[in-house]
This record gives sequence, structure tokens and C-alpha cells, in this order.
Amino acid sequence: MTVLESSNSTLPGAATYPTRMSSPRRRKASSRLRYSLTVALFLLPSALPLLFFTIVPMIAAFWISLHQWNLVGPMKWIGADNYARLITDPGTQGAFLHTVYYIVGYLPLVYIGGLGIALALNSRIKARGMLRGLYFLPVVTSWIVVALVWRWLLNPSTGIVNWLLSLVGIAGPGWWTDPAWSMPAIILASAWKDVGFVMVILLAGLQAVPEELYEAAKVDGAGPVRRLFSITLPMLSPSTFFVIVLSLINGFQVFDQVYAMTGGGPNNSSQVVVQQIYDLTFRYGRAGEASALSWLLFLFILVITLVQVRGQKKWVNYA
Amino acid sequence: MNKKPLAALGLALAAILSTTGCGSAAKSDASSNEKVTIKYSNFTSNGGNEKNLDTIVQAFEKANPNITVQVTTLPYKDYATALQTDLAAGTQADTFDIEYANLGSYVANGAVAPLDGVDGSKYKESLLKSYQADGKQYALPSSFSDVVLYFNKDLFDKAGVQYPTASWTWADETAAAKKITDSGAGVYGDFQNVSFYEFYKALEQTGGKFLNDDGKSVAFNSPQGVKAAEWLAGKSGTTMPTPAQGAGTPDFDTKLFKDGKLGMLHSGIWVASSFADTPKNWDIVVEPGDTQKASALFSNAVAVSANTKNEAAAQKWAEFMTSSEVMAQTRISSGWELPPTSDESVLKPYLTKDKPANRQAVFDALEHVALPPVIGDNQQKMVDIITNALGEVEAKRSSAADALKGAADQINALLK
Repeated sequence: MTVLESSNSTLPGAATYPTRMSSPRRRKASSRLRYSLTVALFLLPSALPLLFFTIVPMIAAFWISLHQWNLVGPMKWIGADNYARLITDPGTQGAFLHTVYYIVGYLPLVYIGGLGIALALNSRIKARGMLRGLYFLPVVTSWIVVALVWRWLLNPSTGIVNWLLSLVGIAGPGWWTDPAWSMPAIILASAWKDVGFVMVILLAGLQAVPEELYEAAKVDGAGPVRRLFSITLPMLSPSTFFVIVLSLINGFQVFDQVYAMTGGGPNNSSQVVVQQIYDLTFRYGRAGEASALSWLLFLFILVITLVQVRGQKKWVNYA
Repeated sequence: MNKKPLAALGLALAAILSTTGCGSAAKSDASSNEKVTIKYSNFTSNGGNEKNLDTIVQAFEKANPNITVQVTTLPYKDYATALQTDLAAGTQADTFDIEYANLGSYVANGAVAPLDGVDGSKYKESLLKSYQADGKQYALPSSFSDVVLYFNKDLFDKAGVQYPTASWTWADETAAAKKITDSGAGVYGDFQNVSFYEFYKALEQTGGKFLNDDGKSVAFNSPQGVKAAEWLAGKSGTTMPTPAQGAGTPDFDTKLFKDGKLGMLHSGIWVASSFADTPKNWDIVVEPGDTQKASALFSNAVAVSANTKNEAAAQKWAEFMTSSEVMAQTRISSGWELPPTSDESVLKPYLTKDKPANRQAVFDALEHVALPPVIGDNQQKMVDIITNALGEVEAKRSSAADALKGAADQINALLK
């Protein structure tokens, strides 16, 4: 993830180190070079993996995307055909639509849930340290474990969720066996798993809101609802922005839970973009098409993130 | 919220980097006393026959002290993906299992080495031939198996129904299944996967065809196709558990049968060895047909990788694994599929082993065989399209005619 705060950071003490000396130019240049080298050296440990495990594979994937390749045989150059095919392919369009469906369902759920828990755990209640830890537990649990547990919970005939629903007279849906409910099932599990992460970010934001603002508002006669909308939410906007950007980027790459819970089914009803990339590569032997789809997804996420970064001036409040 | 970078990208790079380095593997002969290790990757021993494979490996190593065989066993479900990834990365084993349906694409892509000097007389001719292309032998059949109808005698007795016979039809099966099913007690009459692998066979049982003779378009979009789809999908929720009740998850059907809660099970002979005395009284019979008999025949083979460094040793192992006496005996005595041997007398002991009593059905089934349709690189896509369409019929979200028409359009597009 790129650092989103404005970056004026310098090495500690670096600002004062060379400038005070009234030395000849050459010396100034050499110390500037040494300074750049120092910076480069510090960046190297993260730059090298980035280069070899992200940048180079991306370029390689672009090269593959211009070919027809089944992973086993020789590659055949076909230019932009993969891209042309993907754009008109109903399967790809479906995968993008399902991914958007996932985000539209997931984001409000995880944000409002995270905010609610953060507000509750920011007040002086008993055992809040332990509760914060508990809510964070799913975040650090493996997706495979979480997905299997949710498959049990949401089992249409023996799951506890449908049993609970039956107690109040509701016939539970088929969840992951029903195309209409497979995506809601995935959204539910995902929101449950990630709500602790959103809570931690928002909790940190809440604790940075100065108490005086609330006191002043109280003196002016503002009630709790007014204080939430006029103080808390505006002061939280940088944290909110961070949560939304991150959730969107991760949301478009949703895969683990889909793979483990439904495998994209039934009848492709939960087929998302990355699952489609996986299937194209490893099930259908179409690595070229899969690489092209990876690039389309990358460009899609890039554009959406750029729009968000541009848009933040309108509503994000860096006090 | 863990970051999941596009996994495919990294893998693709790894593939590029490694394929360039492995093209010029020097081939040495293993006839010298030099010690070599041969890797063998397989799915056929997974799920209960690992020890039997080990017996064969040990016998081979005893006979060839300078060759060590290193075995990797994967579940069938993951095997194709793993092999494909290994082939792309050039890290495949020296010898590996392949299926009949995939041979064509491995040959076309140069992944498997042609084998010279194999003693063909040891193999059943039809099986050996099915792994040949352009007059060359590209893999050696290691086993064959077919699908039969398993039945629990106690449940038949309890329901007062006659045991299935070789002359049964679909109608007899349905009638018996209905009588045995007791959903209150969790007892079901029948189980047959609603999937591609059952569909092409059911299609033949009712007199239909999957592909037209030229192989350029599908023929299953027919009244027979509709009948076959309805036959399979119609069981679900009446005489057979639905996906929501667990159908389709691994081992669900065999577990139900072992628990004595399933009257009839359509499955391959490879599961027979796991039943033993659970349920107490069971037997097998050739699957019922509709207008004609048709049984699924599967065969597996061992291929030698085109890039192995020890071709001679690898081929030696491949031949041992597919034609040695130890292999045949081990398979026969454990009931682990059948050896592809030309020597019928070797197969005889199979008939006199204890359960199931009617082992003759395994051979009778071979008289009317339905082979899977093969279309090349898009094979898996075709399998998925059919299985998805049948799932829609099973869940009653679509009529059989509509679902098959949709599937036919999609598969015809693949065949162009």
C-alpha cells in the first residue's frame, strides 16, 4: 500500500547537516550525493522485493498478455486479441459486476459496523482492552479457517444461522447453494472478518479528536447525535478516507473467501475478477487471457484510486 | 484485510524465468552403476492406496538398486492444477500420471516424451493404443476401472425390494430407490453425482450422443439429452440428498453408503476397497441403462517427462509401474483398480476375492463402454459448462431443455 499522508519526511537531522557550512560548491555536491546514497541504501530493503516481486512480474504479465499461452506449450503472439476478447466476453463482464456487487454490499457494512464498535469501545466500558483484542481476532485469522467456519454456520440444512432463523419463523435461504444468496453469504463473512481492522483504524482516529471540542459543543447545547455528525465524523474523515481507499483496493482483489466458500459458484453467481484470473490460468490453460485480465483489473483499480485521491480535497479534513 | 496481490502475475514470472533454463537438459543413461533418483507424481494412489503404491516402489528399488523412486501423491482434485503449474515452471517430476482425456494436449505441447522399445505384448492392446499418437507411444496405461452400481442388501431387504440385476433399467432403479428412501430416518435410495462424468454416460444409456461425428459441434442438445439431464437432476431431493444437504462435497456419498444410509451408489470400482465390511452386506452390479447399456471406462497412464535428465531410468520405472507382475498382483489383491495386463489369467484371482461377490460385473461392464468426449485444450471448460448447466436443472432454476441449449451454445463456441 502506498503511503497516503503528504510526504515531507526527511532523515532526522538531515536538514541541518550540510547547509550551515560555508564550503565550496564541489564539497556541497559530494555531500548531497552521499546523502542521496544514504537514502537509497535505506530504501533498498523494500525497493528490491518491490522490483522483483511486483514490477518485474507486472511487466512479464503484460508480455504474456499479448500471447496465447496454455502454460505448457510454446507462446503464440496474438497482439491485443486477449484484451479485445475479454472486453466483449460475458464471463468477464459478469465477474466485474459481481465484484462491484461485493464492494457495494461489503463497504457500508464493514464501515458502519467498524464505526459502531469503535464508538462503543472508545467509551469507558469494562474490559474494553479485552474486547478490542477479541474484535481484532478474526483479522489475524487465516481466510481458509474463517471461510470453512462460515460454510458451516451458513449450511442451508444443518447450519446454525438457518436454525436460528427457523426459531423466529423464517425459512433460511440456501446461502452458498443458491445463486441469489452466494454473494450475500460472502459479503457477510467478509464484513465479519474485516470489521475489527476498520475498528482499529477508526479507534485511533477517535482518540486523536480533542476532548475540548466535545466540551465546547456541550456548552453550546449540542446533543449526542449533533456531536457525532458535526465533530466526530468530520474529525474522522482522514481515517475514513484511508479505510475506503484500502477497502476498495482490496475489494476489487477479493479472492480467498470466494475460492474457499463457493469457488465462484453456484453457476458462476459469485465469480469475481481474481477468481476468474485463477480459473483462466490454472483450470482452463489460458494464461495470456488471465494476464490481460490482471492488467485490466490493475488499470481499473488505478483509475478508481486516482479519482478518490483527487476527490478527497472535497471532504477529507486534515485539521 | 490481507493484501492479495495478483497471484497470477508472480507465478507467470516464475514460469518465464524457469522455462528458459531447462530446455537443454543433458540426457544420461542410467544403465551404469551411477545412482539416480526418479521422481514420480501421482493421484491414483491417493485416498487409501498409498501403501499399495509403496509396495510396488519397494519391489522396483530392490530390482534396480541404483534407482531410487521419490513419490509425490496428490488428491485428484488438485492434481491437474499442480501438474500444469509444474510443467509451466519446468519443475515436473520425471514420471507422472496422466488421464486419457488429457493425453492429446500434453502431446501437442511437447510435455511428454515418446517411449521407444516398450514390450507392447504385456499390455491389453486397446488400452495401450489409446495412449498412442502419430504411431508413437506417449504414455503407458497403468490401470483401468469402470463405474458400477453398488447396493446395500440390508436396505433392499428392509424395503422388500428385489436386488438389482444386470437387466435392470432406469425405471427399475427409480422404483426401488423410491421404496428405500426414508428421509425421516435420513435414508436415501440412490446417489449419482449430477455432473459431466455421469451425464455423457447417461446420454449414451438413453441412446444419445455428446458430439456429432465430425467432432465440430455438440449433439447432446436433443430429446435424449433432456432425458439424461432429467434422469440425473430429478433424483436430487426425491431419492437422493440435495447439494444443500451435502451432496457433491468430497466423500459425502461413500460415507453415506458406509453408514448404511444409502441404498444404491453409482461409483467407480476404486472405492470398493474402502468398503470392506461397512455396510455389512453389499454387492455390485452393472449399471442400469435406459434403452441400452453403457458404462464409464476410465484409464490412467504413466508418462515420462520430455525434460527428464534420466530418461532410461524414468522409462524403466514407468514400465515397471505399468506392466510388472508385482504391480498386477498388488492391484488385484487390494482391489485397487485393475492392471492393464494382456494376460487374462492374472485377472482371474480378482474374481474369487471375497467382497463384493459379483466381481464379474466389473468385466461385464466393459462390454458396453462409454468414453468421455474429448475436445482438447478447452476440455475443463466444457466439463464446467455441463456441470453448471446440470446444477441449474437440479436446483429447478432452469428446465433441462433451456439449460442444455445454453450449454450447447457455449460449447459450440469453444469448438469453432
